[in-house]
Amino acid sequence: MARINLDHIRHAYGIRPSAPHDYALREVHHEWADGGAYALLGPSGCGKTTLLNIISGLVRPSEGHILFDGKDVTHLSTEERNIAQVFQFPVVYDTMTVYDNLAFPLRNRKVPEDLVATRVKHILEMLELTDRADKKARGLTADQKQKISLGRGLVRSDVNAILFDEPLTVIDPHLKWVLRSQLKQLHRQSNYTMVYVTHDQTEALTFADKVVVMYDGQIVQIGTPAELFEKPKHTFVGYFIGSPGMNVFPVDVEGRKVRIGDATLDVGFAPKIGAGQKAELGIRPEFMDIGRKGMPLSIRKVEDIGRQKIVRAELAGQAVSIVVKEGADIPADPHVTFRDEGINIYADSWRVGREA
Amino acid sequence: MSTPLSPTKKEKRWPSLVVMTLYLLFMVIPIYWLIVLSIKDNTEIMNSFSVLPQEPTLKNYRYILTDYSWYVGYINSSIYVVLNMVISLLLALPAAYAFSRYRFLGDKHVFFWFLTNRMSPGAVYVLPFFQLYSAVGLFDTHWAVAFAHCLFNVPLAIWILEGFMSGVPKEIDETAYIDGYSFPRFFITVFIPLIRSGIGVAAFFCFMFSWVELLIARTLTSTFAKPIAAAMTRTVSATGMDWGALAAAGALTLIPGAVVIWFVRNHIAKGFALGRV
Amino acid sequence: MGKTWNNKAWFMVLPAFIVVALSAIIPMMTVVNYSVQDTFGNNEFFWAGTDWFKEVLASERFWGALGRNFAFSVIILLIEIPLGVFIALNMPRKGWTVSLCLVVMAMPLLIPWNVVGTIFLLILRTDIGLVGYAIDSLGIPFRYVGNPRDAWITVVAMDVWHWTSLVALLAYAGLVSIPDAYYQAARIDGASRFSVFRYIQLPKMKRVLLIAFLLRFMDSFMIYTEPFVATGGGPGTSTTFLSVDLVKIAVGQFDLGPAAAMSIIYFLIILLLSWIFYTVMTRNDENA
Repeated sequence: MARINLDHIRHAYGIRPSAPHDYALREVHHEWADGGAYALLGPSGCGKTTLLNIISGLVRPSEGHILFDGKDVTHLSTEERNIAQVFQFPVVYDTMTVYDNLAFPLRNRKVPEDLVATRVKHILEMLELTDRADKKARGLTADQKQKISLGRGLVRSDVNAILFDEPLTVIDPHLKWVLRSQLKQLHRQSNYTMVYVTHDQTEALTFADKVVVMYDGQIVQIGTPAELFEKPKHTFVGYFIGSPGMNVFPVDVEGRKVRIGDATLDVGFAPKIGAGQKAELGIRPEFMDIGRKGMPLSIRKVEDIGRQKIVRAELAGQAVSIVVKEGADIPADPHVTFRDEGINIYADSWRVGREA
Repeated sequence: MSTPLSPTKKEKRWPSLVVMTLYLLFMVIPIYWLIVLSIKDNTEIMNSFSVLPQEPTLKNYRYILTDYSWYVGYINSSIYVVLNMVISLLLALPAAYAFSRYRFLGDKHVFFWFLTNRMSPGAVYVLPFFQLYSAVGLFDTHWAVAFAHCLFNVPLAIWILEGFMSGVPKEIDETAYIDGYSFPRFFITVFIPLIRSGIGVAAFFCFMFSWVELLIARTLTSTFAKPIAAAMTRTVSATGMDWGALAAAGALTLIPGAVVIWFVRNHIAKGFALGRV
Repeated sequence: MGKTWNNKAWFMVLPAFIVVALSAIIPMMTVVNYSVQDTFGNNEFFWAGTDWFKEVLASERFWGALGRNFAFSVIILLIEIPLGVFIALNMPRKGWTVSLCLVVMAMPLLIPWNVVGTIFLLILRTDIGLVGYAIDSLGIPFRYVGNPRDAWITVVAMDVWHWTSLVALLAYAGLVSIPDAYYQAARIDGASRFSVFRYIQLPKMKRVLLIAFLLRFMDSFMIYTEPFVATGGGPGTSTTFLSVDLVKIAVGQFDLGPAAAMSIIYFLIILLLSWIFYTVMTRNDENA
């Protein structure tokens, strides 16, 4: 259990990086709290696996330091860092029993056998695998194997953090949510620092206290699921999180007035847009209301998804999505209004706050 | 995703390097000596011992390649090896497909029976083969050897191909039928390309067995289809040994193997798993 | 995976079946035929019952050759399987050295068996052979022609040179199929080098090693060409294996009856042993 400091870390797989784009991981400088559950979320190639490998010690960063509880571990190997990891595909020792699999990391560290027995029994109960303790691991299903990989980390008391590299990839969809909620529960019981890599926002949002959204080699936002939803710091976060994603319009900003197409909105504050910067307005489909007032809208399609409808429409020459309640009435001559709390203004894709 | 091997891994590499160097030397030295002797003159071989050839000469090779009774051996061997490879694959492909896709009366027993043939010692067949092929008038032809080697190569090829074919999902067959492919068209245009590497491996093993085998090949031929291997044993038993020619003849037999290995070098590792890992 | 029951599949097996059956069963019938008959030439045959079998089974010559075969198979299996696995573990995993190792190691497998014998003849002779000459210069007497022990060393060394790579390549094929995550997990778990071998590498190599073991057992039990060329079965009968003896009896002496009886016994022994090995090994596989 440890606090993790990522101190000005950068990484490039090539030899001599010169431009920012040569870096697989651009500057990362953050502190992650002890006992926290973090999810690294982003599309393939965004650098999340690189960051995970830097934390685990499989990759040494080109620049910067990594500290566990204030101790520099940049040059230590995975074993020396006391990290546990759950991989994409379950790694179990086929020829051993479930019990021996869980006891393996402890026995390798010369833990006395009676202590091994108590620890393993405890973990078996946590993972609900007690009845399979004496079975060979090879006969198990993928989700049970994945639990064992996790268990081999949980069983150790010296683990600084448990890392998950897209651990639910090979799990049947109907078991995914079961395993996910068990994971959440295990985190509460064990209080280990956990880092979970995924490209699936549902997994990230349900598992983590803090979601780390990565895009193009950098961390664009770290925040609670609510923060990511309400105040996306970067337009990418807006697109990537939420379904459908945030609508983003190019706008002209003049003091408190923001112009979209022919319409002008008063956003209640004066966003700071630098010279030459691209100004955008982002609004989530959930914060838009269809009625007889506001900006004129031309509706293309309405999708019914149970309790809600998604309206696909065109506003100011651009495609938008709007979420409305099931019974909501859509007038023949539809207009749309934005709720103030849902309006975010972006300068060159980065959010400009009210407070700024 | 690029997951480079850990840079923090400080495992020492040199013991492996030493082991591999020694082993490769162990592999290479006998071949090296064969080649060295083949470019030495007989008087040099007998009278002065040297690790490097003093006066390298191609005389021995020139002798082998111009003497009909020598070089015809290579031609004979090549003919029956290729014949055997083609026959074995043509027979094994459909059989392996049947074993990998269907259950049928006695399938397991037949499969096992095929394999038992790979277990039978060639020496057992020497005499009966001689009589069988003499009786049907094929004695001393390339066909005789090619067919005789089928006894060992067809089972082997079926076994290897079956392993590779089982790795191809059955859905592919079904999709092809739904798309209106006839069986032969599906088999040739869809399925065979999918198991290319398996065919390569099977061919490699057929070649390997047929090219190196001596006992049966020698028994089934006398003069017309005599394999190179048999030509060499004759020289060994002769008195006043022509060591240089023998070494040159031996060195020449390495060439087809070397060519084959060169072509399959990128598939060797996978190939040796025979599709069964 | 469920296979469909379809007896028509037999048509696809039939061509292979016919060709193999023709070259296996007809000769086998001839052999059985000879094994129970006697002849005084002129194509006249007499019923001999099980006399030939009795004669073979009572002959010291047969038991001697069989014993030598067992000894040989045991020795080369004890050397080649562990050595092959050891080599596979030390082989590089990436870079140009992989191709180098694979190509060099595959070489001996594609050399005609008699040439293997010739090569060893050429290298072990004390007058012209590199190794033979070197050993002789060191003052160590090494006479594979006259000394049975040296003849055995020669035959075993030859087989090790010839076939260890097959075991190594099979084992290597098993090793490269192990995903990196297994090694990473083992390091995280603090596993020792031996544990990695015992719990990750060995289980993954098991199937291919079974193949390697069976192939090496069968082939070593049938060995003919290499000792025939290198030692001619001598000195005396010290390297006369069953195959060598069988060919000597059948083709050299044209004693068809005993040769046929011996063939059948020989074949049955290999079949039986292969079956035993196979069942024992695969049973362990299921329980383990």
